[in-house]
Amino acid sequence: MTKNLLSSAVFAGLIAGLIAALLQFVFVIPLLLEGELYETGARLHFATDGTPQSERGAPGLGGEWGRHLMTIGFNLVTYAGYGLLMVAAMGLARDHRGTPITAQNGIIWGLAGFIAVQLAPAVGLPPELPGTPAAELAPRQIWWMGTILATLVGLALIAFGRGMMMHFLGLIVILAPQLIGAPHLDTFWGVAPPELSAEFVTHSLGFAAVGWVTLGYFCALFMAQGEDS
Amino acid sequence: MTTQTANFAATRSNTLAFILALTVGVALLTVSGMAQATVLHDAAHDQRHAMAFPCH
Repeated sequence: MTKNLLSSAVFAGLIAGLIAALLQFVFVIPLLLEGELYETGARLHFATDGTPQSERGAPGLGGEWGRHLMTIGFNLVTYAGYGLLMVAAMGLARDHRGTPITAQNGIIWGLAGFIAVQLAPAVGLPPELPGTPAAELAPRQIWWMGTILATLVGLALIAFGRGMMMHFLGLIVILAPQLIGAPHLDTFWGVAPPELSAEFVTHSLGFAAVGWVTLGYFCALFMAQGEDS
Repeated sequence: MTTQTANFAATRSNTLAFILALTVGVALLTVSGMAQATVLHDAAHDQRHAMAFPCH
């Protein structure tokens, strides 16, 4: 059991992390590098001949292979970490609620993980383009972590709670951190074009969803295969 | 061993496996997402932005 649990999570994490990293290099990192041009002042928004126009165009990925290898490496670590949490949750749900572990169910697990870990915190704290000044780190990390935990508890109440009241309670728990609100600055300080920030947010969320669904699918597939053999 | 104690032993070893997976998972995520050591932060920088960790 232990071996199957750990190896399923790690292999699923490697596959999901690799796919997520490739998608990031195509869709997310170019926007991030373009944002850095504004962060460093290499480009200035609202400064080209006095009109609010900036040339669109990401710099190439460039020759910083060390940096990009690190991005791939940390994606693998992150997805393996999420995979370990996910297989434990799948196992607990099976032992205590009889939820079968199948690849199809894995897709739902992946979507739930995406909602709890990426989407819910992003509702309050949008993914940040480099150069976006934000409130102090510690309160943001606390709100971020609290929102993830509350959303996980809320989703679990909806998925496994018995009775309408439990499902309703789940909804309240999910909404609570959003009602409390994320820490924000009193002023807007962004130096990059708002369109660039918006695209960065939608791309990073969209492709994180792909990574999470892939993770859930392979975690469940490998768990089920390991138990059959 | 009766079936009941066998089930109990299996459930307990499953629980230990779940705790192990959760612990290792949280440790990996702490390193990749939260740790502020400069070397780690710089190496993980792009991935943290792409995964929306509150990073700096």
